[in-house]
Amino acid sequence: MPKDGGIGASSKRREDVRFLTGAGNYTDDINIRGQAYVHFLRSDIAHGTIKSIDTAAAAGMPGVVRIFTGSDFEGVGGMPCGWQVTDRHGQPMQEPAHPILAQGKVRHVGEPVAAVVADTAEQARDAAEAIVLDIDELPAVVDMKAALESGATKVHDDLNDNLCYDWGFVEENKDAVNKAFDDAAHVTSLELVNNRLVANPMEPRVAVGDYAKGTDDSTLYTTSQNPHVIRLLMGAFVLGIPEHKLRVVAPDVGGGFGTKIFHYQEEAFCTFAAKACNRPVKWTSSRSEAFISDAHGRDHVTKIELALDKDNNFTAIRTETHANMGAYLSTFAPSVPTWLHGTLMAGNYKTPLIYVNVKAVFTNTVPVDAYRGAGRPEATFQLERVVDKAARELGVDPIALRRQNFITEFPYATPVAVEYDTGDYHGTMDKLEEMGDFAGFAARRAESEKNGKLRGLGVNCYIEACGIAPSNLVGQLGARAGLYESATVRVNATGGLVVMTGSHSHGQGHETSFAQVVAEMIGIDESMVEIVHGDTANTPMGMGTYGSRSIAVGGSAMVRATEKIINKAKKIASHLLEASEADIELKDGAFSVAGTDKSVAWGDVTLAAYVPHNYPLEDIEPGLEETAFYDPANFTYPSGAYACEVEVDPDTGKVSIERFAAADDFGNIINPMIVTGQVHGGIAQGIGQALLENCAYDENGQLLSASYMDYAMPRADDLPMFAVDHSSQTPCTHNPLGVKGCGEAGAIGSPPAVVNAVVDALQSAGKDVTHIDMPLSPDRVWTAMNG
Amino acid sequence: MYNFDVVKPTRIADAVKELSDSTESQPLGGGQTLIPTLKQRLASPDKLVSLSGIDEMRGICTGEDGSICVGGATNHATVAAEAGGYPALAATAAHIGDPAVRNRGTIGGSLANNDPSACYPAAALGSGATIKTNTREIAADDYFQGMFATALDEGEIITEVRFPVPEKANYQKFVQPASRFALVGVFVSKYADGVRVAITGASNDGVFRWTEAEAALSSNFSADAIDGLSLSGDDMISDLHGTGEYRAHLCAVMTKRAVAAAA
Repeated sequence: MPKDGGIGASSKRREDVRFLTGAGNYTDDINIRGQAYVHFLRSDIAHGTIKSIDTAAAAGMPGVVRIFTGSDFEGVGGMPCGWQVTDRHGQPMQEPAHPILAQGKVRHVGEPVAAVVADTAEQARDAAEAIVLDIDELPAVVDMKAALESGATKVHDDLNDNLCYDWGFVEENKDAVNKAFDDAAHVTSLELVNNRLVANPMEPRVAVGDYAKGTDDSTLYTTSQNPHVIRLLMGAFVLGIPEHKLRVVAPDVGGGFGTKIFHYQEEAFCTFAAKACNRPVKWTSSRSEAFISDAHGRDHVTKIELALDKDNNFTAIRTETHANMGAYLSTFAPSVPTWLHGTLMAGNYKTPLIYVNVKAVFTNTVPVDAYRGAGRPEATFQLERVVDKAARELGVDPIALRRQNFITEFPYATPVAVEYDTGDYHGTMDKLEEMGDFAGFAARRAESEKNGKLRGLGVNCYIEACGIAPSNLVGQLGARAGLYESATVRVNATGGLVVMTGSHSHGQGHETSFAQVVAEMIGIDESMVEIVHGDTANTPMGMGTYGSRSIAVGGSAMVRATEKIINKAKKIASHLLEASEADIELKDGAFSVAGTDKSVAWGDVTLAAYVPHNYPLEDIEPGLEETAFYDPANFTYPSGAYACEVEVDPDTGKVSIERFAAADDFGNIINPMIVTGQVHGGIAQGIGQALLENCAYDENGQLLSASYMDYAMPRADDLPMFAVDHSSQTPCTHNPLGVKGCGEAGAIGSPPAVVNAVVDALQSAGKDVTHIDMPLSPDRVWTAMNG
Repeated sequence: MYNFDVVKPTRIADAVKELSDSTESQPLGGGQTLIPTLKQRLASPDKLVSLSGIDEMRGICTGEDGSICVGGATNHATVAAEAGGYPALAATAAHIGDPAVRNRGTIGGSLANNDPSACYPAAALGSGATIKTNTREIAADDYFQGMFATALDEGEIITEVRFPVPEKANYQKFVQPASRFALVGVFVSKYADGVRVAITGASNDGVFRWTEAEAALSSNFSADAIDGLSLSGDDMISDLHGTGEYRAHLCAVMTKRAVAAAA
């Protein structure tokens, strides 16, 4: 019988009440008395030299408070990059300056050049139109491979070239990998594109800067997944505001998907301008601005090769990837194609030798950074596509080939520097075969063919690495931040608790699932636990939410803090019960003495902590509040197997997804309903990437898909009902909850399943199609069939 | 959006007068194209003359010759619900945009705008409709003059569109995945005196008639009749969503499907 509360219960999402009744408090809902508005004049040229910016006419327009250009920020720090990658030769990456407002040159369409602060948003926009901008256009650098040719136009004149870094992993294995290819019985190779995406959270970015002249305190309200990270980066590296004089608040946030991790110019600008103008300054992104200023995702061009021996065992993998950085390094951009991608190239397979080469390239495009999955979808896509292609070339069953090469013994140290603690890849594949009714596929294909459609079945596996850690390791890898998480548990006198977490919820349902954990540990009702997040003023220093880390890292910190609470409460209870602390048991919200009927309720203990009349004051302090920081020993490794069945209309090339099944292993599950929802959302985004979403630039660096008229988002009728299962559970061995993380799995696992299915459908009709680049839009599929 | 005035006359004559009073005035139908254009500051009229208050331009009736007459300010949802006398027209209207668009957008607005990917131009041209304005009647064959170009004069208002009802007709739309406008939309209608095939979404010249297909279908109204016929992709729209060649191919596929589904 399902539980009705605590760990494992599908508790209803308490935060949805305010979201669904219009009672949420989003950043754009925040309006401060005397507030002014900023409008950013953005470059409509991809690459050019700024000759002049004439603001004279604009400055005299109604309502204008002040106009800022790049020269107002001389001496102010640029936007920092949070990860330094070291290249194959031991040299640090090339790291260009990233100004708040363009200085000297513009480097992508959408780069802010000037900012008008005015009494109203319309006035700011009117005045921005009156600014006369004279830019000498330069050739745009768009194609990554052309960007690396000698003599190519440079995006940054002060760098050697357009190569951010040339990364080899594991460099020492390179010769051995090459030899394995020389010795291989079969080599399958595949060139593919992992298409550039725009994250498109429902809520566009917003920033409100506020400054209190009397106390010299600055506050930034912003749509962020990690307010403490923004405070640290902006305070220490950009504006020089000490953290105790800077507060960052990320209230309700309407979706992030990675693009709200990063520190953006608009945040620094609003904070800076609030002080400069002595007025609160607000910016609300339009959807059009979001397309050209939110960091994009993916954009890898890859060649992958898989070597097999005569028995079809994988012997080596070799990849070469060009990864687009865009015009500047967004906060965590360098880590995505390297440590979040190369380390995942073993996938679910015991391939002994792997070499990954990544060339990160500057182009005149919007910066590219983490997007749901971040590096792991790129790794999974190429690996699962090449394995599928190998199976077809060898004439073996794609599932059998995968099973033959599965890792089965854990812990397993991969040749790409990570150690999987647990997993059961046959278990999830068994589950998938059952859910997907593969036995019935032939009949379904026959039925489709009767209707003039081609039917295909695509299967793949995935492995994810969540909760990147530990901090001392990631520091060696180039991270300029720690990757722990924090929680403070404050118990009130009457027994209710507030958990102040460094994690941030922007759709994940933490307010519900985190409360379930604490309620379970103490044995009280979930309604007694409140989760507070998103404000640096009332949460401990935490790293926020991304990389499916919240329950694995933030949840663990909360468990540790709650354990401290319980330990102290037991001391108080032992005093009240006049028993030895060792004999005190906590169950169902009451402390009892083992082997007796003596007990004291949770609320009596908490009351004693704050009204310490009968209290061991000589041994322990009054009060009941504890903080814990948790730095994980390792990543967690969720895994799974996905299946997609498509119908292709051979006359039009249109792909329709008929069935989709996902068998995941997330370790232990806190709230199955929320996990299912996370997987649904991830699959929807993965199918969006596979079939619909295409962020495309022309040769002049103009974004062709700059609105929903041309950028196709997945809609409900593009998607089938998903069969989702997470009953395969191999708990994580190194965190207290045994949890692994589920936020990105759907987006990682689904694109290869879709493409594998379409290739299967086309080959069933005798078409010599081995690959189509995403998105598999009707015209691309039709062209591939008729090419 | 820049500032502008709005007037909402209740008679056609008043609307015409309002439009002629200022060279910077613009008629406003359902606003499904014009309002987003204004919001993006891509147009700056000083006055919008709303046509939605003119009762005589709203609603559907049957003419003496049996044709279906749709008032120029009639929204798509009304056509979908009430043009049952011409089922293919009602079905076309039922699949334009989304519910919000269908409850605001008007037939007159759509035809006056003549978006190269809109549905109504295919229905009007494919039915040989008559576009009635405040000054004259214009045959559909003369009305559409290329992308966003029509025979309308400055300040001229579409008051009614009259559709002769065919024996059979059907509209097949293959949607562009992002906008869900027609990547290619084909309206086929069979009248006693011949078949009309009008195609939207495909051509650089906007909606057009596929005369070869019309001839073939006039002698044999079956999907097989256009086997072997094809259009050139050279003058077709080529963009992110499909090449000209692909659109040309889709024209034939959608024509066949429209013929097969015609009722």
